[in-house]
Amino acid sequence: MSDHYEARFAAVGGQGILLAGDIIAVAAITFEGLYAVDSPTYTAQVRGGPTKVDVIIDSKRIEFTRTTAIDFMLCLAQHSWDRFGFDLKDNCIVLIDPSLVHKVDEERYRVYRLPIIEITKKKMRKMVYTSAVSLGAMAGLTSFLKHESIKKALRKKAPRGTEEPNMKAFDYGFNAARELLKT
Amino acid sequence: MKNKNKNEREVVFWPGNIVVAEAAIAAGCRFFAGYPITPSSEIAHALSKRLPEVGGKFIQMEDEIAAMGALIGASLTGLKVFTATSGPGFSLKQENIGYASIIEAPCVIVNVMRGGPSTGLPTALGQSDVMQARWGTHGDRPVIALTPSYLDEVYSETIRAFNLAEMLRMPVFVLIDEVLGHLSERLEIPDPSEYELIDRPRPTVPPEEYIPYDSSQGDVPPMADYFTGYRWHTTGLNHDKTGFPTTDPKICQEEEERMERKVSSNLDKIISYDEFMTEDAEIGVVAFGSTARAAMVAVSDARDKGIKAGLLRPITLWPFPEEPARELGKKVKGIVVAEANLGQMIYEVERVAGCNGPVIGSNKVGGVPIYPGEILEKIEELV
Repeated sequence: MSDHYEARFAAVGGQGILLAGDIIAVAAITFEGLYAVDSPTYTAQVRGGPTKVDVIIDSKRIEFTRTTAIDFMLCLAQHSWDRFGFDLKDNCIVLIDPSLVHKVDEERYRVYRLPIIEITKKKMRKMVYTSAVSLGAMAGLTSFLKHESIKKALRKKAPRGTEEPNMKAFDYGFNAARELLKT
Repeated sequence: MKNKNKNEREVVFWPGNIVVAEAAIAAGCRFFAGYPITPSSEIAHALSKRLPEVGGKFIQMEDEIAAMGALIGASLTGLKVFTATSGPGFSLKQENIGYASIIEAPCVIVNVMRGGPSTGLPTALGQSDVMQARWGTHGDRPVIALTPSYLDEVYSETIRAFNLAEMLRMPVFVLIDEVLGHLSERLEIPDPSEYELIDRPRPTVPPEEYIPYDSSQGDVPPMADYFTGYRWHTTGLNHDKTGFPTTDPKICQEEEERMERKVSSNLDKIISYDEFMTEDAEIGVVAFGSTARAAMVAVSDARDKGIKAGLLRPITLWPFPEEPARELGKKVKGIVVAEANLGQMIYEVERVAGCNGPVIGSNKVGGVPIYPGEILEKIEELV
């Protein structure tokens, strides 16, 4: 079952995190020849409400499209964690921004803290790059997909004219995650 | 995401709702009237941009009832038309669906099913409109409802819905659900040369000889486009071949039977289903739409455990695929009917399968899909 991977991106509506799921799925399909599905969850309010997107990647066609054992979760809001912090494998990699998420189950999961929002604010000066920084950080922490595949998918999906800043944002996230792994 | 693969089929990664919208355009649809409702709203959203690009019209109406009315009007002018909605909106459209049925106006209605009665669970899965699709509108009339399970099937079945609507001059439903509407998966867009597009039969006689409901050449009367010189009267009242009202019992009986026959004599063109490991099955599973994908896994898992399970997956839900259900019922010692409602299709399976053993449901409401393990438990109950 090593050719099966599940990822969840949870945040609040408006942070643009749904796009991150799409990019991971496209990376798997287009650049690694795998199958992937993504399913966003909407809540009653779109802006400000907790939201998530789940991505499943497999070497075979995916029948059941709901997550059952998540390998990686990114979370950018405490109430999103409270609502969506389930279906995770015991050793799941959980990436959080410590300024936004304060309480997760440290015993069960491998928790990594990265100031994603601060990096985005300081280095990119535009919050629309939160997704790109997050994807870079995911690529830095995980190895199921090649980080080049994720980067290529990000470039492909970026709105025209924003490719370069998105690449930069990705690198900031990637390098920060790699630094974190060294410590 | 768009790529061309070696067969020149376009490979895309779209959510199900966008697949519906694009398939409708590929089917030749040039008119959409609707009122946005979760979880179908992306269909309307996409078409508000896409239809004008291909010379079509998009109208957001004041409510679902008006949208269905606009749809019928546009159909009468000769356009291929459709609307998209969800449970409560589908209910509001039902009266006009009856009207479309009796005047025999081709139209497609996509219902992206959600949870609960009334406002219910707008952002979550449900499959509770099985019987609404069959019996939702008043009166006797034929019904076609298609229930794809995969996004490539959503594409092909949406096209087929337009073809059947046009071929038989009647409303055709496509029932998907929140899971399929919002799910994105890889699919290959077939080249237009790979499928056939069907247009409604049109009159071959000059306007002065046109008889609107002339069924002398077959059960589907040729339909003239409004505003082309052909004059005809549409009414929700029972009518004779001129289109004007009648209460003549014999004519009313004949006309209603003719409409029913449009479906009953074309079952081979309408009914579609898929079977997985049913040849030697001892336990049957019947499931449609997104739930059928969980059932596929359950059947595979059962086989791994040495249980001979097999799945019948109706792609046409109405008219129900009675033949394969009967065949399945003959050979198995019990059937599990898995559906994301409290038990609707199970009535149809019980009625037609003639199974000697028990027919039990695997049911779930509340917006969360049925897991393969839950269906497997039911399969094991029957062993």
